[in-house]
Amino acid sequence: MAKFFADAPFRLYLGVVLVIVFIIFGAILPWFAPGDPLVWYTAPRNQNPSAAHWLGTTSLGQDVFWLLTYALRNSLILGLIVAGFSTVIGVFLGLAAGYAGGWLDRVLSFFMDALLCIPTLPILILMAALFGGQLALPIVGLALVLFNWPYPARQVRAVALTMREREFVNVAWFSGESSVRILVRHIFPYIAGWSAANFINTVLVGISTESALAVIGLSSAQQATLGTMIYWAINYQALLGGKYIWIGSPVVAIVLLFIGLFLVSSGVSMRSSARRMSI
Amino acid sequence: MNLLRYIAGRLVVYILVVIFALTVLFFVPRLGPTDPVEAMLAKVASQGAYMDAAQVDALRQSLADTFGLDGSLWDQYGAFIKRIVLTADFGPSLSMYPTPVMELIRNALPWTFGLLLTSTLIAWVLGNFVGLLSGWKPNSTSSRVMEGIAICLYPIPYYILALLLSILFSYIWKIFPLTTTIRGAPWSWELITSVVWNSFLPAMSIVIVVFGWWVISVKAQTTALKEEEFVRYARLKGLGDARILSRYVLPNAILPQITFLALQIGLMFNGSLITEILFDYPGLGLLIYTAVLQGDFNLLMGTISLSVIAVATATMIIDLIYPLLDPRIRHR
Amino acid sequence: MITVDNVTVGYGTAGFIKAVDQVSLTINDNEILGIAGESGSGKSTLMRAVYGDFSTGLRIQSGTVTGRFEDARTGKVIEAQSSQFAPLWWDQLSYIPQGSMSVLNPLMKIEAQVVDGLPAREKQGSSRALRQRIADFLAGFGLEETVLDAYPHQLSGGMRQRVLVAIAAFVNPRLILADEPTTALDVVVQKKILLMMVEIQRRQRNSLVLVSHDLGVHYQITDRLVIMYQGRIVEQGPTAEVFANPQHDYTKNLIASLPRLHGKRAVEVVGASA
Repeated sequence: MAKFFADAPFRLYLGVVLVIVFIIFGAILPWFAPGDPLVWYTAPRNQNPSAAHWLGTTSLGQDVFWLLTYALRNSLILGLIVAGFSTVIGVFLGLAAGYAGGWLDRVLSFFMDALLCIPTLPILILMAALFGGQLALPIVGLALVLFNWPYPARQVRAVALTMREREFVNVAWFSGESSVRILVRHIFPYIAGWSAANFINTVLVGISTESALAVIGLSSAQQATLGTMIYWAINYQALLGGKYIWIGSPVVAIVLLFIGLFLVSSGVSMRSSARRMSI
Repeated sequence: MNLLRYIAGRLVVYILVVIFALTVLFFVPRLGPTDPVEAMLAKVASQGAYMDAAQVDALRQSLADTFGLDGSLWDQYGAFIKRIVLTADFGPSLSMYPTPVMELIRNALPWTFGLLLTSTLIAWVLGNFVGLLSGWKPNSTSSRVMEGIAICLYPIPYYILALLLSILFSYIWKIFPLTTTIRGAPWSWELITSVVWNSFLPAMSIVIVVFGWWVISVKAQTTALKEEEFVRYARLKGLGDARILSRYVLPNAILPQITFLALQIGLMFNGSLITEILFDYPGLGLLIYTAVLQGDFNLLMGTISLSVIAVATATMIIDLIYPLLDPRIRHR
Repeated sequence: MITVDNVTVGYGTAGFIKAVDQVSLTINDNEILGIAGESGSGKSTLMRAVYGDFSTGLRIQSGTVTGRFEDARTGKVIEAQSSQFAPLWWDQLSYIPQGSMSVLNPLMKIEAQVVDGLPAREKQGSSRALRQRIADFLAGFGLEETVLDAYPHQLSGGMRQRVLVAIAAFVNPRLILADEPTTALDVVVQKKILLMMVEIQRRQRNSLVLVSHDLGVHYQITDRLVIMYQGRIVEQGPTAEVFANPQHDYTKNLIASLPRLHGKRAVEVVGASA
């Protein structure tokens, strides 16, 4: 067990480095783009990587490198927003359910269980098909929040339930601390580590689901995301033309980004559970 | 008695969940800014299919049926739920008129189930084996390497892996077919080899990811279980490593994963949909995709409803199996 | 049976931490030996060294632990160092752990857990006959045959401990080591189980080593008593003598702290550096 946790820091650091690289890529580099990389024919077509076009160009005359930075930016923004809302809503409703108990707990628990066993992607596909063949990113985000809040909520509810029985919470209760203070001072530290890990995981799930939708051409075509980039590449025969860098760069970016996010989330959850054990 | 009550309770929740899911499906089309029937008719017309006025009217009626657009909202809702739950009738397919939607689904389902079941099973066996060994000897080089590989594989979405595999093994090294073409008479050797050959890459993309997940979780469980008193007791009884692993560690490592598996089914299903589409694999995913491309609303509603119900059912079955496997719940 | 000769045992390879310091001790045939001492006195480490359980970094730094086992049926004599005992586990030696909730595999029925690890000589015959023998054996502990089909969580603490004693005794070994076998139980159940252990030992005429911090337990059943303190044996002798005439200050304090039914405590508390 000790060895298991001893691995955590290295994993965590490796993951953090990977994620930071991608955040620089997606948050800072797009500002330096020489123009909107989505616009066709701003660069020569079908170029191989060169000093002017680091990752070459598409058959539509777009610079793959700058396109990738834009795609990363949009995917990251979507993931962060989805994860942010899901976590906040989930923690709040989970605490409410665990703490209030009674019918509120029953109703909320039912929705958590129900939403967890409905597969997200088919619903998104249905929506896309009905709303004109493509879904705007905000709608994808909204739907993802709707289907992802139950994960943190379930966990937080379970923690809140056991916490109600814990000694030190009772002590705080009887010594007259207000419920809000008990929540903030005694319970939140407990769920913070887990929620952080879950937040990062939800970023991953958010980006992944949107990309899945995008790969089959049902997400927004107005904005570049990692998934739409893959879709365009497939659609414009990057594979048959042997343009592996065009399609490969978003694929490799997703793989590395996800490994980074996973390392961070598992590192964080290991550390927080190690700390909890030492308490 | 407790067990019966548990089963009854779980069944009630299952029914409520299915009704809830169908309710979501009922309201999604009604949230849209456009009239879905006219949008679908336009889409069908744009596919270039020639239809005379009578056919268009029949189609409009059929669509209105599927959407359940007659009567008040409440009537529509009741009719919709009744049709799906009682008759499982989604009308004829519009793109493959007049084949019933249910027939198309019946043909596609075995492919999807076969793919998911086989690949999950293979990944499960391999993952348990590797996870168990690397958890038992966590400091050996091979165990560290295996865990490293697993950590790099697990977070990759199925469809990304599917793409990678198809780029590598269908485009760069032309070993496996690009798209699925099944040949051969029913139950002939040719058919079986062609199915295996064509399913290999889609299956691998699922096997590899699920394998990564099992290695990681079984390894973590094993490292924790090694410190358990009953494992130490078994060792002091003089039992060999193989027996301790198979009888003491493995069952206790697998059990807690089962509930987690129930939560994963939805995600696994999502992934397999895209994998099927990317490989032209004739399962439910491809059917959904065809429905979207062709604007075949009956087919779309049928496949989506069925996917949702299938996932909910699979989750319920796992939840029901769990107490049978854990004597601490079975004999309370 | 077992000769412990000037042995020093401890943990760690880089920095060695002594837990048992230059201890010598003999475990005779057909006796119940008690090892007493507070937690951290090294009694459990000594027991592990005698059993030959050198996992988790335990090792002998100097001295020897030698065992000599004579098979009653074949008359064959096996002599070995305790580091070579592993093949003899659940054959010549067996072990009774403290019966906490997690000492038995939660997913295995009791019958399977009795059978698992049995030496070939005890497994002869059909599985039906074996089950019958186990059931008869358990009956001697006041356990019904239904216990065999139960899972550990269905047993009470006292039943679980009796099962553990029965599992170790059913092996019919030459030496049984018991580590705090009754600590978690209430006094009535404790007494019952101790009497069963004595009865088993008298019947099998083997050796029983009982490790416990509870002098009351030792007083009830042991023939000979060893008192450990800070990794060393501070006193040993026939149990009655140790109780009647304790030599070491630590022993005196231990005995003085026992509750008495009649009269005042025998000895005033002496200033031992505890």
